[in-house]
Amino acid sequence: MTEVLVLAEHTDGDVKKVTGELITLARRFGEPSVVWTGPGAAEGQARCAEFGAARVYVADDAALEDYVVAPVAELLAQLVREKAPSLVLVAGTAQGKEIAGRLAVKIDSGLLTDAVDLVPGADGPVAEQSVFGGATVVHSRVKRGTPIVAMRPNAVTPEAAAGDAELVPVTLGTAAEGAKITERVVAERGERPDLTEASIVVSGGRGTGGAEGFVLIEQLADSLGAAVGASRAVTDAGWYPHQFQVGQTGKTVSPQLYMAIGISGAIQHRAGMQTSKTIVAVNKDAEAPIFELADFGVVGDLFKVVPQLLEEIGKRKQL
Amino acid sequence: MNIVVCVKQVPDTGAERTLKSSDSTLDRVSVDGLINELDEYAIEEGLLIAEANPGSEVTILSMGPGKAGESIRKALSMGADKAVHLQDEALAGTDALGTSYALAKVLGQIGFDLVICGSESTDARMGVMSAMLAERLGVPQVSLASKVEIDGTSVKIRRVSDDGYHEVESTLPAVIGVVEKINEPRYPSFKGIMAAKKKPLTTMSLADAGIDPAQIGLGGATTEVIDFAQRPPRAAGTIVKDEGDGGAKAAEFLAGRRFI
Repeated sequence: MTEVLVLAEHTDGDVKKVTGELITLARRFGEPSVVWTGPGAAEGQARCAEFGAARVYVADDAALEDYVVAPVAELLAQLVREKAPSLVLVAGTAQGKEIAGRLAVKIDSGLLTDAVDLVPGADGPVAEQSVFGGATVVHSRVKRGTPIVAMRPNAVTPEAAAGDAELVPVTLGTAAEGAKITERVVAERGERPDLTEASIVVSGGRGTGGAEGFVLIEQLADSLGAAVGASRAVTDAGWYPHQFQVGQTGKTVSPQLYMAIGISGAIQHRAGMQTSKTIVAVNKDAEAPIFELADFGVVGDLFKVVPQLLEEIGKRKQL
Repeated sequence: MNIVVCVKQVPDTGAERTLKSSDSTLDRVSVDGLINELDEYAIEEGLLIAEANPGSEVTILSMGPGKAGESIRKALSMGADKAVHLQDEALAGTDALGTSYALAKVLGQIGFDLVICGSESTDARMGVMSAMLAERLGVPQVSLASKVEIDGTSVKIRRVSDDGYHEVESTLPAVIGVVEKINEPRYPSFKGIMAAKKKPLTTMSLADAGIDPAQIGLGGATTEVIDFAQRPPRAAGTIVKDEGDGGAKAAEFLAGRRFI
């Protein structure tokens, strides 16, 4: 069976959810081989095995951690040449797409980004992509080289399968090092899950009226164990930090539940959340386009609706 | 300093965008074209760097059909000094890999100390061009920058990461990719608009840039669209008007779907 390379995303040995999704997906096409960069592979091994990884290529050369993107792309190119995989999967994060882009140049192969599904086809893997703010569904394929696909996080449900996840050390050949990372700063997001990986996202918009009103969004998110998102109007006004912006020019999310509170649902915003599985909206304006997407909507004042919702959630938790 | 800013003309994101049934490529004709709004941050950053480094020159580089000239003029009216327009019918249908190849060919000819790109285009939304260009040109990639500092022969940026940011530095020449929020792009002034009409605009063909036609166009593309369709409208949801019980009803819905 041919190998499928899966680039792991992890923090200090803690395997990110999207990596479990990618290993699960890889099984449709061949034998999943995880590519692990940096330290922590021994800690992450069990998690990779749980989803059916056959092996884990471990490269912990310092350059992979210290330089921007280029060495990781070189490592993947090296493995593609040595192992001749049928497919390379990366997480469709900003950095994942950059790595994929450089890899595509190195191995002269086609790259598909932001895929929400990937299935075997007569001429190789067929990706489903959601384009133009989610208005159009496209199926596409790679017609030259080894297909490289950047999958949108939350697109696949991780499923358990037995795998050996045998650790196989590999060494990075010479790589152009390029830009050096001199400092890493982790932003405070408290105990909340990562925005792009969260199963539930609660987002606030212009209707929250300001940073004070936005506290209500955080409270609702915390009551549901959700990540907090914000519309562009909110981050432009400085009511909430930019890295939480959902939309065309922010992050793209695809959670099980997306709650849009005080968000009208302009195309700018829809582009970032339209593939969410369940959508709930609260807005004063019955004509707001967000209601066209909502599975459940409340037309009303969010400052009345959300506190009542919080109270109800509190009551139900006590039952 | 020789600063080149890459600019793409895209269909207006507010309009109904479609693919053509003939070849499944983006319909760029029936929709108004605009400068990719994320490129405006790249132009602004180029202008700011040029202002801080006397003797610098900002060149706009764009690949696209004749219509893309509108976006080039806008970039010039913001204050860029000159422009290069790579324009050839054979370029229609070129994918990201081919685009990076073609732009790198032109950049090799015109030379640069800095290449600046926006974070993505609002049509294809791949977010790969600064990475691909750095790879092709063999220079450092300093992308996802929310802050850029140039110091003679080196560049320092703040790179946005999934969980915060990284401080990154590299030598020049380099490819910089900027995210929005790095600056506030200026509006063209009347004077700027008038001046733009007289600024030098060079049109290059494939042959001028030494581009191999086999690497570009639909034929050179490494990916292809198999089929496409309008997303079926979502099944109409339940919309209720808050009569003092909106929060309770929302809770009921969430409980029914086992979210609480």
